[in-house]
Amino acid sequence: MTVGHTATEKIVLEHADVDEVAPGDVVMLRCDLVLTNDISGPMAIQTLARMGVERVFDPARVVVVPDHFVPAKDVRSAGLQKRLKDWCDAQGVVLYDQGRGGIEHAVLVEDGWVLPGTVIAGGDSHTCTHGALGAFGTGLGSTDIAACLAYGQFWQAVPGTIQVELRGRLQPFTSGKDVILAVIAEIGVAGGNGHVLEFVGEGAAALTVDERLAVANMAVEAGSENGLFPADETTKGYLDGRARGGWTPVATDVDAVVARRITVDLDRLAPLVAKPWSPGNVAPLTEVVGTPVDQVYVGNCSNGTITDLRQAATMLQGRKVHSRTRAIVVPATQRIYAQALAEGLLDVFVEAGAMVSTPTCGACFGGSNGILAEGEVAVATTNRNFRGRMGAGTSGIYLANAYVAGAAAAAGEIVDPGSL
Amino acid sequence: MTIDARIVRIHGDDIDTDVLYPGPFLDIEDPELMKDHLFEGLDPALRDRLGGDTALVVDANFGCGSSREHVPQAMKASGVKCVIARSFARIFYRNCINLGLLALEQPELSDSAQDDELISIDLERGTATLDGVVTPLRGLHPFVVEAVAAGGFVEWSRSHPPH
Repeated sequence: MTVGHTATEKIVLEHADVDEVAPGDVVMLRCDLVLTNDISGPMAIQTLARMGVERVFDPARVVVVPDHFVPAKDVRSAGLQKRLKDWCDAQGVVLYDQGRGGIEHAVLVEDGWVLPGTVIAGGDSHTCTHGALGAFGTGLGSTDIAACLAYGQFWQAVPGTIQVELRGRLQPFTSGKDVILAVIAEIGVAGGNGHVLEFVGEGAAALTVDERLAVANMAVEAGSENGLFPADETTKGYLDGRARGGWTPVATDVDAVVARRITVDLDRLAPLVAKPWSPGNVAPLTEVVGTPVDQVYVGNCSNGTITDLRQAATMLQGRKVHSRTRAIVVPATQRIYAQALAEGLLDVFVEAGAMVSTPTCGACFGGSNGILAEGEVAVATTNRNFRGRMGAGTSGIYLANAYVAGAAAAAGEIVDPGSL
Repeated sequence: MTIDARIVRIHGDDIDTDVLYPGPFLDIEDPELMKDHLFEGLDPALRDRLGGDTALVVDANFGCGSSREHVPQAMKASGVKCVIARSFARIFYRNCINLGLLALEQPELSDSAQDDELISIDLERGTATLDGVVTPLRGLHPFVVEAVAAGGFVEWSRSHPPH
């Protein structure tokens, strides 16, 4: 009797020289695309030199997006970016240089690089974002990226699948952020180790691509290797006129072996937050209402989309950022920035007294552009709230959706966005 | 391949790579300079306990979070020969193996190891000797053993050219 395959197993079978796979098998996986940035990139280039490899395996399959210390915060980070740019020029690979790209994962998605069924090797842990479009996107370190640049493949233990069924529809003032926080609350920050999360059901089908990106992006916060939304009509609609190549949808067979199934009922899902200092420290928003807020940060590779900017602007329209609070809005890409400008969203932010930044990873990882002082509290639409992540070790970050973040900016404290 | 090392025990589940090596120092490229920031957000005093060949023994989901390879690079530069955990987060584990830093998921050793004990690991035999007690190493994948024994992925790939 043959047993069916999960979508991820099918992708692995397509990209490895094996006839059959089982979770835990180590295979060499061919990548369709290699992504790196101004942190993992320069280190990978050094490793490539140590390997004695002079040319990348295929310049058409490499995309470089400097985004972490961008714009350069000091001479050292400027040096990394310069070396990366010189290398891209010499190799003939695509570089989304500063002012022409944005945050790597958002750039890749919006510019049609991410296709269902493909393998994307990224030198950044949030490469799992690309599961939103049905790809196996997975985060790797610099040595792995060097291997991918050299040979177009990396070693991979075949992951199992945790299937997450989304039932119902998102309710007012909730978003993809709440969906993934609910999942992390359920399985824990290590619950997805060795597995991918696969999102199915009518609730998944009803999510927009921006919401799916927010969900997939934080799969790694549950330890998962990818956050997969098998391609459907929504995926197709998004990719039409955007995709850089052909693709076919990949789905899990009904008789495939799935390690675990969980359910999230969107009809009953209310806004959630992750309290300091773990994405798994999830609580209902109502539990933390009244917490004073020093900084609001709307941005990053999970929730810096036009959808997020619209949600935050809804809360700040005709209001001012509270005097105790500073607000920083970081569109994820130059294109989103332009769209927000055209839609008048940036006017809303600037008139409210918020700062609008050029696309960058910025303060999300404590790089620059909004670092927290000792004891300060932030509400951020970002994906990590580890101790000291955005600055001082005693600062705290509440991860939340963009409605909650926008409302906190107006109120100077955490509030129910529905109460404004 | 054998490793003899002194144990430094670090307690706590879900220790993330941000506290192991904070973001502001990710623009450092020289492992010798990375050493000065290892454990910065966790407990900088831990750095003083490294020296000579050490084996870090840690708890569950160690190294969760970012893909930054700076963490195992700084560990290697600081004399860490082996990291033994109840469990690792995936990318950290990969990074260790790729750099030739032995990473072992061995819950029993994680439970029993104490600070400053000496541990001896024999990868060919697949055993660890701790305080005179020999424990078989379980779940060792042949690829991982090969890559670590070679000195890391770069060295391993020289003898395994891709087709």
